[in-house]
Amino acid sequence: MASVLAESVSVDFPLYHGNARSLKKTALAVAGRRLGQDAQHRVVVRALREVSFALRPGDRLGLIGSNGAGKTTLLRTLAGIYEPVGGRVVIEGSMNVLLDPNLGMNPDLTGRENIMLRAQYNGLDSARIRRLEVDVQEFAELGDFLDLPLRIYSSGMVVRLGFALATAIRPQVLLMDEWFLAGDANFLDKASARLEQMVREAEILVLSSHQHATLATWCTRLLWLEQGRIRDDGPPEEVLERYLGRPLDVPEATAGRECA
Amino acid sequence: MTVIAQHAAEEAVPVASTAPPSATGDAVLAASGAEQVLCFAAGLDYAGRRRLALADLAEAWRLRRLVRALAWLDIKARYRGSVLGPFWLTLSTAVMVFALGILYSTLFRMDLHTYLPFLGLSLVLWNLLQSLVTDGCIGFTVEEATIRSLRMPFSLYAARIVLRNLIVFGHNIAVVVVVFAIFGIWPGVSLLAAVPALALWLVDAFALTLTLGAICARFRDIPPIVASVMQIAFFVSPIIWKPELMRDQAGWLPLNPFYALFEIVRGPLLGNGVSALLWAAALAYSALLLVISWRLFVRVRGRLAFWV
Repeated sequence: MASVLAESVSVDFPLYHGNARSLKKTALAVAGRRLGQDAQHRVVVRALREVSFALRPGDRLGLIGSNGAGKTTLLRTLAGIYEPVGGRVVIEGSMNVLLDPNLGMNPDLTGRENIMLRAQYNGLDSARIRRLEVDVQEFAELGDFLDLPLRIYSSGMVVRLGFALATAIRPQVLLMDEWFLAGDANFLDKASARLEQMVREAEILVLSSHQHATLATWCTRLLWLEQGRIRDDGPPEEVLERYLGRPLDVPEATAGRECA
Repeated sequence: MTVIAQHAAEEAVPVASTAPPSATGDAVLAASGAEQVLCFAAGLDYAGRRRLALADLAEAWRLRRLVRALAWLDIKARYRGSVLGPFWLTLSTAVMVFALGILYSTLFRMDLHTYLPFLGLSLVLWNLLQSLVTDGCIGFTVEEATIRSLRMPFSLYAARIVLRNLIVFGHNIAVVVVVFAIFGIWPGVSLLAAVPALALWLVDAFALTLTLGAICARFRDIPPIVASVMQIAFFVSPIIWKPELMRDQAGWLPLNPFYALFEIVRGPLLGNGVSALLWAAALAYSALLLVISWRLFVRVRGRLAFWV
């Protein structure tokens, strides 16, 4: 059975590669509590502070908050990419992380080679690699481009390939960033069915998004992050209303916000 | 919490009923490794970090097919569209060996018959070391995008670099074979004595790549320093000059780690044999490298994603 547990998770970003000194002076003055010092007096960005929650099968957690609130950092921490400096993260079950459209694909390699690498990363055998190839090829509609390097793809083609590949492997725990819901309208129509199926099949979903409608329909719980801390936690409608500062069912206002 | 969980169980995803069935629905694949449990906790002691470092190595081993594919694709991508492909390396090594061989055998007044095989072997080994070091220094930093978007064992990146350079080395070895054939040198059974030496090289290469990758990710001034150290090492070590030229000072040579590691490979292949002292020195330097590398890896593995 899949589960996700975050126990007072804190993540700091060390600022090594800037000019630490001047950065220290200006940034400490300006950003106040987002910057701090760790035990060794290094300047750090406090990306997450004591974030706690537990998810069980069936839970769909949405993350909301302004840019830089820590949504992507939280996803990366759950994915095991960033290890916390405080607290702990425990994930049970197979996991798929959809953070950026490139999925770590290599632009010098062909689409087919990238599919093969992704399949081996997920530990698929050769029969399943062939099935994956066919599936991705059909869905992404790349035709002969599949045997050409990604470097010459249009950005839309890269997104299609990344999307087809990412959605072909069905995890128990799905961590998803909002880029996944972006794309050209034609593709989105086709994509949404496939995405919805993956979301449905995943036991646990953690989704970061700015699109309130998506969060309201897909999520069963919303976490409002602000400056790396949990500001609010609860059913999507209630949290969204508090986040927006107005009731959800005001149609004109909602439409206005959605487009903006 | 319980309220939310119940709510979730009743209507898992509201869109479920409205979504049309996917056309490719049956072709999808469940990700394998369903039983895996990941746990990342802060404030681990040394034993806890060591456990995670060991898990990192074990996972890289489990993904060894991916390592192999990545290494081959690196070679393929580098030489895509080129006629000779990786044999360009062989060709350039051959040109280098013959040009330097003829020049230095004249300068040092040495017999081409003994000097060229020595130089060929030394240069091919040096090329291996040099490109391992160069690739190792940027090992993690060039993979920044992948490191930030996928959880992969860090030792996998190092293994890929080692394997890639081993493939290149395999192409360059052709030069040595040709030189040996021209001068009618056949090492015979002593060829087998070079096998443990190359195995030691392999282990060292992995440790070196991992160490340089980590240090260079944290301190961006290290790669130029490493480059100049390597350049100095090339001239002060007996790579293009034969150790015999040191005459009565040759006793100091084992203090140079490069000399010990080169000589355990060169000795058996050139039919000179290797002294026990040199093997002891090579093993001691390797042990030191492994200890430093392992302790560093255990300590910094969890921080690497923040450094790249």
